[in-house]
Amino acid sequence: MKEIKQLQDISAQVRRDIIRQVYYAASGHPGGSLGCADFLTALYFHVMDHKTSFEMDAKGEDVFFLSNGHISPVWYSVLARSGYFPVDELASFRKLDSRLQGHPATHEGLPGIRVASGSLGQGLSVAIGVALAKRLDQDEKTVFALTGDGELQEGQIWEAAMFAPHYELDNLIVTVDWNGQQIDGANDDVMSLGDLEAKWKSFGWETYHMDGHDFIDIIETINKAKASRGNGKPKLILMRTVMGQGVDYMMHTHAWHGKAPNEELAIKALDQLTSSMDDYAVPNGSL
Amino acid sequence: MTDIATITKKATRDGFGAGLQVVGQKYPNAVALCADLVGSLKMQAFIKDNPERFFQVGIAEANMMGIAAGLATAGKIPFTGTFANFSTGRVYDQIRQSIAYSHKNVKICASHAGLTLGEDGATHQILEDIGMMNMLPGMTVINPCDYNQTKAATEAIAEIDGPVYLRFGRPSWPVFTEESDFVLGKAQHIRQGSDITMIACGHMVWQCAQAADQLAAEGVSVDLLNMHTIKPIDREAVMKSASKTGRVLTAEEHQINGGLGSIVAQILAEEHPVPMSFVAVKDSFGESGKPLQLLDKYGLGVADVVASAKKLLKK
Repeated sequence: MKEIKQLQDISAQVRRDIIRQVYYAASGHPGGSLGCADFLTALYFHVMDHKTSFEMDAKGEDVFFLSNGHISPVWYSVLARSGYFPVDELASFRKLDSRLQGHPATHEGLPGIRVASGSLGQGLSVAIGVALAKRLDQDEKTVFALTGDGELQEGQIWEAAMFAPHYELDNLIVTVDWNGQQIDGANDDVMSLGDLEAKWKSFGWETYHMDGHDFIDIIETINKAKASRGNGKPKLILMRTVMGQGVDYMMHTHAWHGKAPNEELAIKALDQLTSSMDDYAVPNGSL
Repeated sequence: MTDIATITKKATRDGFGAGLQVVGQKYPNAVALCADLVGSLKMQAFIKDNPERFFQVGIAEANMMGIAAGLATAGKIPFTGTFANFSTGRVYDQIRQSIAYSHKNVKICASHAGLTLGEDGATHQILEDIGMMNMLPGMTVINPCDYNQTKAATEAIAEIDGPVYLRFGRPSWPVFTEESDFVLGKAQHIRQGSDITMIACGHMVWQCAQAADQLAAEGVSVDLLNMHTIKPIDREAVMKSASKTGRVLTAEEHQINGGLGSIVAQILAEEHPVPMSFVAVKDSFGESGKPLQLLDKYGLGVADVVASAKKLLKK
């Protein structure tokens, strides 16, 4: 369990990893990745009780599912920095013969990934399946899932939203990355999400709000959600984030949802991100 | 072969229900899910025995496939139950990403496949599912011929690791094989013959057996293979029979495009080209009607098999 200062240091390095991954791949999704860097850092380095000696069935440990798979750079960085696989493997992101596919996959055997995601709306259902299995096995650990906000436009999400309260899955904590942006623009211009809290509440979820860039708030909110286990309600956290958080020119816009910076802009981004940790090695890399 | 006059009839879906009950007894980690079709899928016995291992998901098939993937991730053996249409076409992307690409040990069990669903009509009569499932890397595809083999197949798929599509049907249908006849991945030789090969799956195995009897009376000897496992297909059995007879007819309750016939044709085209004919639905949707009426109207009747075989014999 890391202290807040250490978490800040790690998330700064995670953001450097994100920029360098998409820069060297000349593709990928930096905006949402940067926005979820603090959340995933808090989850893997402070909140979750998990084992880096990867077991697919996750018996006796907390488990996380990334439903919005396009923010793979942040997940890969956090997994590598946690010890699931060598940090230098981040250099293979989106390259031929890599375990770090454009969207997360189990097919190449990357430790830490339990199901493929990328086609949106499916991860919540998978997380529910694991939550059901944990209950059957009397495994007290928690199942976490992250979805995008635009992803909530997928119908399968609401099938899952109906299921979890019916089965009183209070071992399930779902977080929505609520940055208000998606590929074609602001959520409310593309397809209004309406009153998200009222929607989830009316489906039977216990809802929380948190600031996705405040480690204390993230940790306290998740702890509160965990502590309410026993009331039969699945937990839904609306997490306010800024797309592109940490890199000034990427913030508050959907422009960097799925675009890599050129060298000049990558340098500009890295100049804004300082960490005491080392960058991963890139063969013949210049930044 | 049992005498046609005294043959008993049972639905293949009842074979699934009976097999699932055995699976529930034998495998403590087997679980079942259903999207509001428990009665149609004959899942009651499993549910009665193992209420805590059954999950009713309501009319939400996409969610069911994802939940099954999650249960498999955690070490369970999930069996999903709904109609074949809602087991495949409706949830293709969920199966593709969360189950097949992620190599999850999910058994997709699909009833009411094909025309013999009957009166509900074309909205429910999926005729493209074998093709769709066959195209997915790593998917095992099985379409058993009768009650006994559907029961045996349901038990057999619990033994193997990986995703499976098990296709069966609605109507009462002759029971003409033994459970022990089903060996996953091995075609069953129903008739030995030398003039023409018939390769069939599902309900069409019985149609071909009857056609073979009629042809035998006219002096034509049919080599009939029950190709219950469509993927991975028994290439050796296909090659051996085609080499022996030099003519191959395929029969399936499915579109002519992309099903068993296409798969067999691909093997033979590559390795041993022979004249072929295809008894299947000719690129059309079905309609309401009684099962046997529909098979006749859409060219899958016993007379159609006989006619197709005779035509092929002249080539």
